[in-house]
Amino acid sequence: MSITATGGTSRPTPDAAPRTPQRASASARGTGRTLPTGKALPTGKALLAGLRRLTGGPEVPGPRHAMIGLGLLALGLLVLAPMLLTDFRLNQLGRFICYAIVAVGIGLAWGRGGMLTLGQGVFFGLGAYAMAMHMQLADAELQGLAAPQFMLTFGADVPWWWEPFRSGLFTVAAILLLPAVVAVVLGLSVFTRRVKGAYFAILNQAMVFAFAVLLVGQQATLNGSNGLSGFQSFLGFSLYDPANRRAIYLLAAAVLILLVAIAWWMMRSRFGELLVATRDAEERVRFLGYNPALIKTAAFATAAVMASIGGALFVPLVGIISPAEIGVVPSIAFVIGVAIGGRATLFGPVIGALAVAWAESSLAETFPSGWSYLQGLLLVLVIAILPGGVASILTRFRPRDGGPGSDHPHDSGQPDLRDLPDQPDQPGHSDRADHPTQPDLTVQEGDRP
Amino acid sequence: MTALSIRDLRVRFGAFTAVGGVSFDAADDEVHFLIGPNGAGKTTCVDAITGLVRGSGSVTMGGTELLGRSVQATARRGVGRTFQTASVFEQLTVVQNLDIAAGLHRRWPALLGMRRSVEPRVEQALRDTGLTELQDAAAGTLSHGQKQWLEIGMLLVQDAQALMLDEPVAGMSHDERVATGELLHRVKRGRAVVVVEHDMEFMRTFASRVTVLHQGQVLSQGSVTEVQEDPRVQEVYLGTAAQPEEELVHA
Amino acid sequence: MILSQLVAGVSVGSILLLAAVGLALTFGQMGVINMAHGEFIMVGAYTAYVVQSVLGHAGISLLVAIPTAFLVGGLLGVLLEQLLIRHMYHRPLDTLLATFGVGIILQQLARDVFGAPAVDVRTPSWLQGSVEILGTAVPTSRIFILGLVVAVVAGLSLLMTHTALGRRIRAVVLNRNLAETSGISTRSTDRLTFFIGSGLAGVAGVTITLIGSTSPTLGTSYIVDAFLVVVAGGIGRIKGAVIAAFSLGILQAFIEVGTTASIAKFLVLVIVVAFLQIRPQGLFSVRTRSLA
Ligand SMILES: Nc1ncnc2c1ncn2[C@@H]1O[C@H](COP(=O)(O)OP(=O)(O)OP(=O)(O)O)[C@@H](O)[C@H]1O
Ligand SMILES: [Mg+2]
Repeated sequence: MSITATGGTSRPTPDAAPRTPQRASASARGTGRTLPTGKALPTGKALLAGLRRLTGGPEVPGPRHAMIGLGLLALGLLVLAPMLLTDFRLNQLGRFICYAIVAVGIGLAWGRGGMLTLGQGVFFGLGAYAMAMHMQLADAELQGLAAPQFMLTFGADVPWWWEPFRSGLFTVAAILLLPAVVAVVLGLSVFTRRVKGAYFAILNQAMVFAFAVLLVGQQATLNGSNGLSGFQSFLGFSLYDPANRRAIYLLAAAVLILLVAIAWWMMRSRFGELLVATRDAEERVRFLGYNPALIKTAAFATAAVMASIGGALFVPLVGIISPAEIGVVPSIAFVIGVAIGGRATLFGPVIGALAVAWAESSLAETFPSGWSYLQGLLLVLVIAILPGGVASILTRFRPRDGGPGSDHPHDSGQPDLRDLPDQPDQPGHSDRADHPTQPDLTVQEGDRP
Repeated sequence: MTALSIRDLRVRFGAFTAVGGVSFDAADDEVHFLIGPNGAGKTTCVDAITGLVRGSGSVTMGGTELLGRSVQATARRGVGRTFQTASVFEQLTVVQNLDIAAGLHRRWPALLGMRRSVEPRVEQALRDTGLTELQDAAAGTLSHGQKQWLEIGMLLVQDAQALMLDEPVAGMSHDERVATGELLHRVKRGRAVVVVEHDMEFMRTFASRVTVLHQGQVLSQGSVTEVQEDPRVQEVYLGTAAQPEEELVHA
Repeated sequence: MILSQLVAGVSVGSILLLAAVGLALTFGQMGVINMAHGEFIMVGAYTAYVVQSVLGHAGISLLVAIPTAFLVGGLLGVLLEQLLIRHMYHRPLDTLLATFGVGIILQQLARDVFGAPAVDVRTPSWLQGSVEILGTAVPTSRIFILGLVVAVVAGLSLLMTHTALGRRIRAVVLNRNLAETSGISTRSTDRLTFFIGSGLAGVAGVTITLIGSTSPTLGTSYIVDAFLVVVAGGIGRIKGAVIAAFSLGILQAFIEVGTTASIAKFLVLVIVVAFLQIRPQGLFSVRTRSLA
């Protein structure tokens, strides 16, 4: 939908006259067609157009808009939030930021790459447990204990594979490399076998299920379903000191902003263009000499590392990691924010994840069961009616050539199937091989009354 | 010099033989037409040559065997193709489409960089295909004919040694066909161009050589006139599939 | 020892199969990924609970609950198909997410109506106790479940091969457009397929009450396994689902010897994932409409 944002919004006229480059067309149409209603409109429209460029549009924002967006995000998270929020709320926001970090990766892999990563809990868990093990060992050392508290109650020794996590450097390396290695091995084997679409999603889900089951079974070494908790210090700083906790929050926020910047770079680079091409026509990419399995694996591994980083920051902020935080359901919850925010956009996943997590915790405080209904309903409605996420609403306000009420199937106001990465494509004969856009796809199924 | 040499190519789908021993040579500087009725096996031939389906026999280009390679390896050897259903990356702009096709000539670290300017070969392809004006339009908004041209443009930036085009002018107007045919003749220099077509008039106007397929076999081969005079061809193909429009033949 | 593990495996397999057989229809035949299938199982279990609360007698209520749960699950399925899924046949991944949303709602509904703690459905007296098979004591309820699975699968294969409806379903699966032009109403076929598939989830729920307690999250513990069974068996093949379910069950039972249940579960999942690397199309393959 929105993507084609610029060129795509106008009806495809077969003998197309040269299309104005996007920027010009958006504003030209915005002001040129002002309705008699008044002069206030252009500014409103300009604002919308700006917002659209920041959040909406599968079109990746240009450097200027990306900078503005990142600047706003930094202003909000690094300046305003610490000024305005209580320690408790700030810490809560820190937790949401961890989810948003995972969401950035999902936006890349799913929104841009078409891989529905329903198993991000595995990578989130790898990062979180690596960090938690390090912190447990450090705490034990500070307290002069031979092993973390829970191991002592089991009467167990520190297992050999915990030992390297005494080193902070090793821990950071593990947080970054372990998920990458797992994702590369998994991705290569799965994608070269051309497992994709729903199968990929189900395999991911099975993987996270198995991972959670495995963790629950590790009573003496990872404290089973209780998980690791009760941390006292992070990198030698006491976690009881509010100033230190603020510092950790700021670290998480800064990491989020850095990762969004990296995601922007990846989307904007040739790799990002190739990733979208692979999403939409995997077979076609082969004929240009690329191996789509490598491209997809790279995006998948990036998403995995981001999830791992989110998990690693989650532990000092929240103070616990347990299998309940990373199972099948939390893994889908990671995806929900991305779907609602706008899967293919740069800022949509971040804003979606933050908003959903915020809505969840504030609703859960006052009206616990209400949140579940709202979450389910939102998921159903957004996916069915607004597959481009809330970001695509902005494009609905785009003035149309035909004036309000005209109804062109290609108008980007309607979600358009061209946007949806998950057309099943069949391997095999080239006539049918891989053509995501057949004429019948132009009208969105879900829109039928 | 023979650029692409196909010997005894066979493709089977289960018990069904779609291509049963096809041989032909596509020479450099020639536009070689592959024609035949529906289901004759033309597309399957191209599929086998480009590595999409497994075939037996031999396909060599410049002495190297192509069969048995993956699709992407074959592409990297210099075989490019278009598809019967135009397949461009609809979400990307014309320039982005062409730039991706040019990736063959870059090393992989270039993927991490951004596309800051239009590469000369992309610019050339834009000019060759007349798409310069549309370079920032999303490919999904192009007309059918423009998409076909974009596909040809992608072949050009790929700088393929052998170009395989599957029904490139289907759905084009007469003028567009002529323009496409002329484009093919411009790009054939130093390359082998293989065109699968149903349009007889287009074939008569632009073919250097013709191979006629029927039920997976080569029925006839030669110049346009030789093929047209072959009674077997008239029987299975020309007689039924196309009504020659004489005035156009000499257009 | 080997025999007792075998018997345990067959028992686990039969429950897996019951949970998966409905999916073999909706996912396998129609290509629809209905994540709410697990919640349909849960609804079936609560149906058994409600029927028993109303009727009191454990034996009679079990017999009443099976058809009732079939109807309840089936109607829920048709409702879901009609309101949501049919608009998304071209978007399998989106269907997955949207139906997951439905699952969240159903779970919360169950929590609000029946409470979060698990409830128990009494097992009829004629299913208590156990039978000696090959030297191991097998609970009678497990044998009942196995019998029920055999009946369900046999009934389903008869339906698919010997009735007009089955032929219609297969025709639609093989070629939707052709089926439509030859006068088959694909809409009503879709609805019926979904009705039966979801109804079977309801039946699975009833039988699960015989071996454990019922809670709102019951479905989540079965859905992943059930999908794996269908994928490993080969999309569109009930035969494949049968073999996959029992293989998984038996594999799990044998790995459990010497390890723990959770490690066994983990290893089984890893083995299935590895198996799918070697044979992405599963044990048996057939071309279906929207996937593969
Ligand atoms: N993947 C496949 N599986 C089974 N049969 C196939 C497959 N691909 C092609 N065929 C069969 O092979 C034969 C040749 O098909 P092909 O597409 O090559 O014909 P064609 O000459 O390109 O026809 P057209 O002019 O209609 O495009 C046809 O009978 C077709 O049905
Ligand atoms: Mg063809």
